[in-house]
Amino acid sequence: MTDSKYFTTNKKGEIFELKAELNNEKKEKRKEAVKKVIAAMTVGKDVSSLFPDVVNCMQTDNLELKKLVYLYLMNYAKSQPDMAIMAVNSFVKDCEDPNPLIRALAVRTMGCIRVDKITEYLCEPLRKCLKDEDPYVRKTAAVCVAKLHDINAQMVEDQGFLDSLRDLIADSNPMVVANAVAALSEISESHPNSNLLDLNPQNINKLLTALNECTEWGQIFILDCLSNYNPKDEREAQSICERVTPRLSHANSAVVLSAVKVLMKFLELLPKDSDYYNTLLKKLSPPLVTLLSGEPEVQYVALRNINLIVQKRPEILKQEIKVFFVKYNDPIYVKLEKLDIMIRLASQANIAQVLAELKEYATEVDVDFVRKAVRAIGRCAIKVEQSAERCVSTLLDLIQTKVNYVVQEAIVVIRDIFRKYPNKYESIIATLCENLDSLDEPDARAAMIWIVGEYAERIDNADELLESFLEGFHDESTQVQLTLLTAIVKLFLKKPSETQELVQQVLSLATQDSDNPDLRDRGYIYWRLLSTDPVTAKEVVLSEKPLISEETDLIEPTLLDELICHIGSLASVYHKPPSAFVEGSHGVHRKHLPVQHSRSFEWAASLLLVSGPAAAMDQPHVIPSQGDLLGDLLNLDLGPPVNVPQISSMQMGAVDLLGGGLDSLVSLNTHILLLMKAKGLEISGTFSRRQGHMYMDMTFTNKALQHMTDFAVQFNKNSFGMIPTSPLPVHTPLMPSQTIEVSLPINTIGPVMKMDPLNNLQVAVKNNIDVFYFSVLIPLNIFFVEDGKMERQVFLATWKDIPNENELQYQIKECHLNADTVSGKLQGNNIFTIAKRNVEGQDMLYQSLKLTNGIWILAELRIQPGNPNYTLSLKCRAPEVSQYVYQTYDSVLKT
Amino acid sequence: MIGGLFIYNHKGEVLISRVYRDDIGRNAVDAFRVNVIHARQQVRSPVTNIARTSFFHVKRSNIWLAAVTKQNVNAAMVFEFLYKMCDVMTAYFGKISEENIKNNFVLIYELLDEILDFGYPQNSETGALKTFITQQGIKGQVSTKEEQSQITSQVTGQIGWRREGIKYRRNELFLDVLESVNLLMSPQGQVLSAHVSGRVVMKSYLSGMPECKFGMNDKIVIDKQGKGGASDDAGKSSGKQSIAIDDCTFHQCVRLSKFDSERSISFIPPDGEYELMRYRTTKDIILPFRVIPLVREVGRTKLEVKVVIKSNFKPSLLAQKIEVRIPTPLNTSGVQVICMKGKAKYKASENAIVWKIKRMAGMKESQISAEIELLPTNDKKKWARPPISMNFEVPFSPSVSKGPHLEGLGFKFNVGAHAKTPL
Repeated sequence: MTDSKYFTTNKKGEIFELKAELNNEKKEKRKEAVKKVIAAMTVGKDVSSLFPDVVNCMQTDNLELKKLVYLYLMNYAKSQPDMAIMAVNSFVKDCEDPNPLIRALAVRTMGCIRVDKITEYLCEPLRKCLKDEDPYVRKTAAVCVAKLHDINAQMVEDQGFLDSLRDLIADSNPMVVANAVAALSEISESHPNSNLLDLNPQNINKLLTALNECTEWGQIFILDCLSNYNPKDEREAQSICERVTPRLSHANSAVVLSAVKVLMKFLELLPKDSDYYNTLLKKLSPPLVTLLSGEPEVQYVALRNINLIVQKRPEILKQEIKVFFVKYNDPIYVKLEKLDIMIRLASQANIAQVLAELKEYATEVDVDFVRKAVRAIGRCAIKVEQSAERCVSTLLDLIQTKVNYVVQEAIVVIRDIFRKYPNKYESIIATLCENLDSLDEPDARAAMIWIVGEYAERIDNADELLESFLEGFHDESTQVQLTLLTAIVKLFLKKPSETQELVQQVLSLATQDSDNPDLRDRGYIYWRLLSTDPVTAKEVVLSEKPLISEETDLIEPTLLDELICHIGSLASVYHKPPSAFVEGSHGVHRKHLPVQHSRSFEWAASLLLVSGPAAAMDQPHVIPSQGDLLGDLLNLDLGPPVNVPQISSMQMGAVDLLGGGLDSLVSLNTHILLLMKAKGLEISGTFSRRQGHMYMDMTFTNKALQHMTDFAVQFNKNSFGMIPTSPLPVHTPLMPSQTIEVSLPINTIGPVMKMDPLNNLQVAVKNNIDVFYFSVLIPLNIFFVEDGKMERQVFLATWKDIPNENELQYQIKECHLNADTVSGKLQGNNIFTIAKRNVEGQDMLYQSLKLTNGIWILAELRIQPGNPNYTLSLKCRAPEVSQYVYQTYDSVLKT
Repeated sequence: MIGGLFIYNHKGEVLISRVYRDDIGRNAVDAFRVNVIHARQQVRSPVTNIARTSFFHVKRSNIWLAAVTKQNVNAAMVFEFLYKMCDVMTAYFGKISEENIKNNFVLIYELLDEILDFGYPQNSETGALKTFITQQGIKGQVSTKEEQSQITSQVTGQIGWRREGIKYRRNELFLDVLESVNLLMSPQGQVLSAHVSGRVVMKSYLSGMPECKFGMNDKIVIDKQGKGGASDDAGKSSGKQSIAIDDCTFHQCVRLSKFDSERSISFIPPDGEYELMRYRTTKDIILPFRVIPLVREVGRTKLEVKVVIKSNFKPSLLAQKIEVRIPTPLNTSGVQVICMKGKAKYKASENAIVWKIKRMAGMKESQISAEIELLPTNDKKKWARPPISMNFEVPFSPSVSKGPHLEGLGFKFNVGAHAKTPL
């Protein structure tokens, strides 16, 4: 008998006919009809109107027919809730059936019918089935709890099903245990804070025992659950690892990867110098390599994960680069991933082999693959310095092939090589220029233009070359336009006499004829810069650029750690946290690698959340702050694909360059620090003291594509008891590429915990995307209070009173100020001069200051005329602060 | 977990659609068809994300199997499940084809209901499934209470892959060791990397619940001192000649903790054919053959190919059923072949010259030369020069110097190997 005939009924009046057949006298006929209905349902026809007729067929002792009717019910019950009730009786009856297969079938199907009224009837049968004598029924009931939770979470809790589920973890049957674990894991994902799974050493032991006995799928559920456990110490971690390692030899790659996940997480807890740690590292390598002899899809998943693992622990696979060499018949997705890993593993030891391979790949047929291979050669040059020369000559060989996309890709990577090794390979520019006409991709054009602009002084006809690009200026992509603008400005600054006309032409094209705001702004900045102060313009535009490094394509460490916790899962395939692709509450709470306990610290009270609904926008930020603009200005020189790791120092440099232009920060300390940069949120800021109050002045920049809301801030306990006095004053959502400045008032009445260094402050900032942690060194002068001036007599008495061993001496070097300026500068920071004496031609300043916590510091500053090195003696009852006071002196006097 | 499972034919028509989770709607079926099956481009990834829904797919002949989810599922598990699903279907009705799927759609739905519950894979061993899901209708209603509980205890039990009460008049066990030698050679003929991946495939027809033990030589030695290898207690057998295996994986019937602690492979086998273990070695690979290709392009329309094969094993041994495949360009119009030994034929449909030799002793040499006529084309794309591949059987295992043995059981022994060299 074949069933394919059911797929071919296609005539009109089909529904009507089916209806008749479903009500036929004969059992066989009815069964045939139900099959037809299911076939119609499969191909997407709406057969919901047959609901009552199909349900009528349910009362049967033919199990095959029953299953078909159930299948129909699962699909359509939701659209016909009232009629679905008709089926309840039959379900309840089946749950009492002597045959365990039928009991399980009933409970399984009932859970899939998402109709509230039905779920009410489900509770009693489910409770019985959870305690059924037959393990098959129990394992089905365990999953049913998860189904019910998905429909009505409250009911599951109220009915105590969670407790029954927890009891099943101790079940004698391994499959029941595995399903209970799976169900509990899923439920607990939507209650991230509840300790639903209650993972304690006893339960872990039960799971580890079940691990040896259950099916391959059960092993995966258990291993995935184990990976969420945090062992209390290294002994426990090691003993779990020992029992998990045999799984690495399982034929099922998912079992292997889940075991790898557990081991990678627990490795964090093991001491690095222990034998076991090293044995474990060695054990991880062979199974990972073996995954590559599986089917291509599994190879792909494995490679995406290996990519993470080699970034986290490169030592595991550093000897195995050969297994990542591409095979002729690998599918393209496997080839591309292997290539990526080859670069990560490339080192001086194997670079010759890798380059030989890459050169082969660059002559393959798949365009994407070839491009990536060429890019890979460039990455090798940047990563392994010794190979740079060989890489460059390989790239030149490839350019000689004249294959268009190879040439273009090669030029893009050569630009990066120039960024890494400036003034080394300029001899090849001539060869590059020969290919100018064949470049038709924006990336390659921009790269070429950048090279011409950067080395304009060495290219005789640089002006002609750039002029040729200018002809079709408005047809170029923004990236090319911006690069061209900068390149011509560079050219002008280098050869002003011959290129005046050219620069005027490009500036007017950019500012007057373009409707792209970025381009216009950039044009105006150059224009003003060039017309006001050509010397400064030269300094800004031709300033030395930071070198790029291979780090640019690494995954950000916090994300990497989170992804390591998701080995084997989709997150590890996408290289994105689950929150980026999962909707709703499932799996959005972040996972962290376990931390060795000695290093953990506790966070103080609860987060100060932003209160109330969004207030009206206080000020529209159409004009970005100057800092940002300058950041952009310098970024433009770098060319778009190059990330700049040293962004913080660059911004500081930029601020210094224009010195007086920035007066927005009334601060005792002028260093603006980049505090944190992750997930598109950038925070920079500084501490200041104004009218006796302390503030943390921060600039928030949203560089992500989504808006950010729900900002909150919290400090960890610190040496000075600093806490924010109000919630973070960010009331409106922060739009993409918007920047806001906030001033967070601070006082020092919080809990105190001595930090190392003393002025270290750990800060947590939260928003709708994530919680970010960073620590910052507080400049001590914000704690210097305004009433820190001591009476002369008290000063003398105190000086004598403090024991001499508390006196510490420091040298302030290279300072060219006279005593009065020094005193004035210090006074501005609440360091008060009490007396000044001239002893044998030296100026002696006696000074005092007081910290917010009441500690007095007394100082003697000796200034010798003609000697730029001052001597500072500090006396204090708490001498550990002296060093920080000295640092403050040093920085105040040098700004 | 898995939210739904769809099977499509090559045109993208749905043959099977089973939804397990509420977050997967009917539009997911169409999304996959439009974005993957009907996409003009070659498949760039086996995992596709369309509108926050992830699709995992595998293809068997021209049938697409797709698993769909909206959660952060275990990706490796989903693929393993899809493979398993294919195995189960093959075990029930043979080749996975549109016709077979349509003919068995009720059975497939029944299987899907059993092996996937709310998207969680359940016992999917055919040995167990066949006890209660049969093509002749369900056994459930006819079986006795004892039978029922036997079924359920087997499905949920520790030995889910074998049912009790199997009886054979003659107990037989067959063992095949299939090895493929992967070889990467530089154009100058230098071996860049070589590894052997081997599979031990068994067919067992044994009564009852037999306890089997499998060993190679004395004990498998997982290379210890070498790079990246792992082992604890392998040093014991150092005096004897041992096999250096980099890594091996086992069928789920093998007790892994016992292997980990005692290095012995013990198991209760499934009934019928299964893959007991896979292994991988890179050490001391003696290449059984050398294949030396010479290709000369004579103008734009002619190619001269000469391939020499040299057998590299003891003269007393014989290789059998040798088959060498030499790929030819797509624009081949005609081929003339001359070979010293065996028969060679150009197979246009496979774009290859197939050269067959019945027998060849060790330390011998043979060669084939071919003239390939090409049609002139405008296609600028070069011919990708796929590797030559070679299949043969030798009654000894090429990479493993001593043969495997099975304790306490008679067995038939058959070794095949598969080698590849780039042209």
